[in-house]
Amino acid sequence: MTASPIPMALLAELTHRCPLKCPYCSNPVELIRRSEELTTEGWIDVFRQAAAMGVLHVHLSGGEPASRRDLEDLTEGACDAGLYTNLITSGVGLSEARLKDLAARGLDHVQLSIQGVDPATADRIGGYDGGFSTKMQVAGWVAAEGLPLTVNAVMHRQNLDRLAETIEMAVELGARRLEVANTQYHGWAYRNRFALMPTEEQVRRGGQIVAEARERLAGTMVIDYVTPDHLAKFPKPCMGGWGRIGLCVTPRGTVLPCHAAETITGLEFESVHDRSLAEIWSNGPAFTAYRGTDWMPEPCASCDRKTKDWGGCRCQAFAWNRDAATTDPVCSKSSRHAEVRVAAMAEAAEGVDAFDYRSF
Amino acid sequence: MTIDENQIPILPRGVRLHHCDVREGWFLLAPERALKMDAIGVAILNAVDGDQSFGAIVDQLAGDFDAPRDRVATDAGKFLAELAGRRMIEMTS
Repeated sequence: MTASPIPMALLAELTHRCPLKCPYCSNPVELIRRSEELTTEGWIDVFRQAAAMGVLHVHLSGGEPASRRDLEDLTEGACDAGLYTNLITSGVGLSEARLKDLAARGLDHVQLSIQGVDPATADRIGGYDGGFSTKMQVAGWVAAEGLPLTVNAVMHRQNLDRLAETIEMAVELGARRLEVANTQYHGWAYRNRFALMPTEEQVRRGGQIVAEARERLAGTMVIDYVTPDHLAKFPKPCMGGWGRIGLCVTPRGTVLPCHAAETITGLEFESVHDRSLAEIWSNGPAFTAYRGTDWMPEPCASCDRKTKDWGGCRCQAFAWNRDAATTDPVCSKSSRHAEVRVAAMAEAAEGVDAFDYRSF
Repeated sequence: MTIDENQIPILPRGVRLHHCDVREGWFLLAPERALKMDAIGVAILNAVDGDQSFGAIVDQLAGDFDAPRDRVATDAGKFLAELAGRRMIEMTS
């Protein structure tokens, strides 16, 4: 068995509740109800355990974390545990008073999602009227507190042509970082792939716009951007390697190697109700299954990139091959690579505009 | 980016040095980033107090480490300029 490394980051999915209905929602198709959510004390215990394991960053996420009325206490608990605390929010559910309180309790960073650059587009994509104007207010409150702001913009066929404006908006909002996040086609996003998959030309232009903006904005704003999977030559090193850098805790306390790991049926996941976080991380069956390189088949096993890419995404391998211990099909060395690309191009060509909105 | 000796480097809110007891080392924590710091990096960042100019920081470090001033200015300048490029340090004049 591969020895377990020291984890860097914890993704804490505080709740699956969310007022928005984004058609590319990355939460599972089956959501967890409020009655099953970990309590305030339950979460704070998770934060303390994580810090004791060597975790440095905690990402308070959801759903919409502001839907938890105890978000302020959870933030304080995470900060007191010694964690660098990041709030990943749509902004909806925050108020100026709540944000000031969060900042006073030690919040380190805010990551604000935006769905589009104008109210009509953004509110249509998010499925929530008034969301855009709330986000603009939240960005102002974050700036007034002097907290660092990252803007996260999920991109797809229906907003990728406005990438240049998205970048300008992030600068105007005072963001230190912008994440240009291409939609990941799992779960709900997979249902909406015909409405979301960008064309090859859109992606190519997007890459050029980012390259130009990075140069122009050096020292002003850092831009994170990864080419969409199916148009890349090699897969993303998903999670920086399975069970290597990060872990995720779901609203009910299930511990996952990746937030989408439950799509891999047959893996056995454990809960913080039953075992310590450290034990689950170091020898839980879901973590040891694909940790390191011993599990790898060919062409991964003899690939010189195996400790760069870590075999890519296990969830994607499972989705395509019904076996997660296979090469990520987006890799150009996978026998299924051409098929993945052709499927994506066909989806983009459909050009459907209507969304199947996320719902509970 | 080059840093003028009169400029004052500051660690902006959301960027801080953190000692990790598990790894027994120092990290500069920032949004989505954790940079492992060696003893020199820690010494430079500890001198970044929001009051001292870059020139004063170089004077202090050259004294503390009994090192040639121009060498310290080059190395510390490079270190801080790289952090500034990542928006992990801000410069005021």
